[in-house]
Amino acid sequence: MMIKKSMYILFVLIINFSCKNEKLQTTKQSIEKELVSSITNVKTYDFNQLKPLLERKDNKTYVVNFWATWCAPCVKELPYFEKIKKEYANKNVEVLLVSLDFPKQVERALIPFLNKRNIQSDVILLDDVNEDVWIKAIDENWSGALPATIIYNKEGRKFYEQSFDYEALENELNTFLKI
Amino acid sequence: MKTIKSILIIAIVTLSAFAFTNKTENGYSVGDEIEDFKLKNIDNRMISLSDYQDAKGFIIIFTCNMCPYSVANEDRIIALDEKYKSKGYPVIAINPNDPKASKGDSFEGMIARAKEKGFTFPYLFDEGQQVFPKFGASKTPHVYIVSKPNMKVEYIGAIDNSSRNPDAVTEKYVENTVDELLSGKKPTKTETRAIGCSIKVL
Repeated sequence: MMIKKSMYILFVLIINFSCKNEKLQTTKQSIEKELVSSITNVKTYDFNQLKPLLERKDNKTYVVNFWATWCAPCVKELPYFEKIKKEYANKNVEVLLVSLDFPKQVERALIPFLNKRNIQSDVILLDDVNEDVWIKAIDENWSGALPATIIYNKEGRKFYEQSFDYEALENELNTFLKI
Repeated sequence: MKTIKSILIIAIVTLSAFAFTNKTENGYSVGDEIEDFKLKNIDNRMISLSDYQDAKGFIIIFTCNMCPYSVANEDRIIALDEKYKSKGYPVIAINPNDPKASKGDSFEGMIARAKEKGFTFPYLFDEGQQVFPKFGASKTPHVYIVSKPNMKVEYIGAIDNSSRNPDAVTEKYVENTVDELLSGKKPTKTETRAIGCSIKVL
């Protein structure tokens, strides 16, 4: 009789624990889902709308990267920009990713790409004909090749037609933060 | 003493002349004379610009199989050849990429793509990536219009003002320039930019 009772108690305890675990699991999953919430659209800008984002006059330092999902070296360096966003958020640094993907590919390629990689930085699509005009406006020396990056703040601005590894990107950013 | 002085002067002048004419460091600029080249075509024949005795000039386009910007412009490249080959300005396409850095841009890939799209022009392989640095091509697609008899660079840049969307083209840079050259006029727009894929080297 005692054994049966204790077994019963043991059984109840075990059930209790496993049920609690299940509850924990589902709560954890729903929290994860909220953190990894998928985006459903990307704002499209023409150059006149983008221009003010390239010359803001506040106390922040901006890192603007021009990229596309089909550009292999661009995709390779995206994680470094994401890392900069994370590590320098408290140092008043903001990252903006300007996609040059084909406008027709936003639903099919860009959005799934951003969700799959859980990209946290702000992303906009630049859709403007007359590339000749805005490429030269962004930088006189830019050939139009991707990737390209601008780092700027109130004190200065620099344009980079090149790929970055994390160390090089961080070093360049630091030259702006030290001023 | 006089001869040494004149030798020195000649030497200095010659050296300075070299300093100013060495423009191939960052590639050709508009107005430069280009060197001819000998590259393998997709039909396995070697092609040089000097093979085209009757041509008045060339529309040289650095392009490849894999870059979506090149692909988006393929129909327009074919249209350019169709319009201007008979007028003396054939298209000469060159793939500048190293297949080791870009798998789909192999010689076999070029043959397949040309067949698929029905290229009507030579599609040359820049073996060893020797020719594109001379031009200073930095992306695909990248156009260089060259006129005879001096093989002078007349235009560098994009095909038109809407590389991503053929339906939104309002300015056809290459067509306008070749039309001007054919009517003996000096090109009005000699340099334009467009987004493209960087050239793939190891």
